[in-house]
Amino acid sequence: MSCWDTIADYALRSQGIGERLLPRTDFTLCQQFTLIGSGMIWNIYFGVLALVSGFMLATGVAVAKAHHQFWVRKPAEWFIFVFRGSPLFIQFFFAYFLFQSLKAGYPFFGAFTAAWLGALLVLFLNTAAYSAEIFYGALMSVPKGDVEAADAYGMSGWPRFRRVIWPTMLRLAWPAYTNEAIFLFHATTLVFFSGFPASQQRGDALYYASYFADKTFNPFIPYPILAFYFILLTLTVIGLFGMVNKRLNQHLPKERRAKIRLRVNLIR
Amino acid sequence: MFEYCADPASLAGFKWLSCYLTTGKHMGLYWAVGTVLLLLAITAPAALLFGFGGAAAARSHFRPLSWFGKGYIAIVRGVPDIAFFLFFVIALDQGFEWIRHQIKCPDWDQPIRQGNDFIVCAAAKLPLSSSPQVYHEIYGFFLAVLTFALVFGAFAANVLYGAMRAVPHAQIETAEAYGMSHRQAFWRIMVPQMWVYALPGLSNLWMVLIKATPLLFLLGVEDIVYWARELGGMKTPQFTDYPHADWRVWYFLALLVFYLAFTHVSEIVLARISRRLSHGQATLAGEKQRKGPRGRGKAAA
Repeated sequence: MSCWDTIADYALRSQGIGERLLPRTDFTLCQQFTLIGSGMIWNIYFGVLALVSGFMLATGVAVAKAHHQFWVRKPAEWFIFVFRGSPLFIQFFFAYFLFQSLKAGYPFFGAFTAAWLGALLVLFLNTAAYSAEIFYGALMSVPKGDVEAADAYGMSGWPRFRRVIWPTMLRLAWPAYTNEAIFLFHATTLVFFSGFPASQQRGDALYYASYFADKTFNPFIPYPILAFYFILLTLTVIGLFGMVNKRLNQHLPKERRAKIRLRVNLIR
Repeated sequence: MFEYCADPASLAGFKWLSCYLTTGKHMGLYWAVGTVLLLLAITAPAALLFGFGGAAAARSHFRPLSWFGKGYIAIVRGVPDIAFFLFFVIALDQGFEWIRHQIKCPDWDQPIRQGNDFIVCAAAKLPLSSSPQVYHEIYGFFLAVLTFALVFGAFAANVLYGAMRAVPHAQIETAEAYGMSHRQAFWRIMVPQMWVYALPGLSNLWMVLIKATPLLFLLGVEDIVYWARELGGMKTPQFTDYPHADWRVWYFLALLVFYLAFTHVSEIVLARISRRLSHGQATLAGEKQRKGPRGRGKAAA
């Protein structure tokens, strides 16, 4: 069986398309590359959707945390505290069993016990909390002069936020937010190792990598392949976010532009 | 545990709960909390040691050593850490067994990797297949600690490397002017001064380490996640004296609260340490303390 056949059989295996049985004996390098790559579809799916949706909630939560009214500020603070103060791993487990017990009473929650929706919801809330903290920090360091200038132009409320505060906040938060995005992608590997089951062996990249490591009892091939894919993904994220960063900073003189630096943050 | 628990049929309400929460298996759960704390207590200094070694290696003037240090720091980024955990546990286990195999069974002629199997001679097995269960558990825990220390050591190395570079260069130059050798300047001048700069990064790392402890579950140690799944699962009168429905959601809620409390307390303690350390330092935080209540009053207004 040539490598092209393997790719045809397994490239979309993680979505349930193609050969149903996973390879069981005589594992080839090509099979490992194809299947782990196929699992990356899930990692990208979780990462991209959680980032896009989390971004919007994070902006809202950050603004709420900076609000002067007690009853607006407190829920935002608690939301951030709960999701940043507890391990993502436990959050996944808790959410899974919560949806499971809700399912008994309300069939509506049935979909949430599947990874594609339930885990996505957890990741969405989690990244929203982490990003909100970053955005809050940036919001607090928006230069006073910018806001005063906006006031002088007669802007207030929504136009002032939309045209002055928000772009500056984004610009200041962007380097940290890039890190958050990278580690969110890394966090997506936890999904199928917590409560959420992989139905019909449709798992993510780490799921297949550990499948191969278990079957061959040789961790030195599948995990480096996984590492290769993730380094590729990380570089892509840095490239894309770098482009946005350039656009956000384009009005500034060169030496004042914020550079993206990778910072350590790892597991949630 | 209590005497009135002898007859489960007679129990109700709070009494029932007190019996239920003190069953032998629940004691296992409480022990597991101890396991987590023990892991943290061992891993934190071990990781700091690894990190210090890595940072010192990265700064070394001897090229291969500095490449090794920088590679160690760099390789753990870019890749999900959970992959490292899964990888290291198997790799370390096989590495130890391979070394013992080379020493203990030199006249073994079969290949170690036979197809999908990893086969070493019986004397090289770790722990020996004849040793009691306790040793297997201890060995598993030891592997977990080593894995945690290796992964977090890389992150600590990164923090310490940055901290070493943050120590003002004039300090080192002064040391050299006093005739200190490179090594003396490192140990006597740089190392004592770098902790202030390292503290924010290290406290962040500590929080991350706390939040990484549930991953013990993936390394095959019977930790709190394991027990929460075991104990919370459906219990029927057929198998236990204390039947209940699926309670895993409550057990995981308890874990969530446990971790929240733990991180919150750590946050408070770390803030206190940081305040103590920056006392009298020529940094922004130290300056703020010096100016005292006026600065604080301004912040409150």
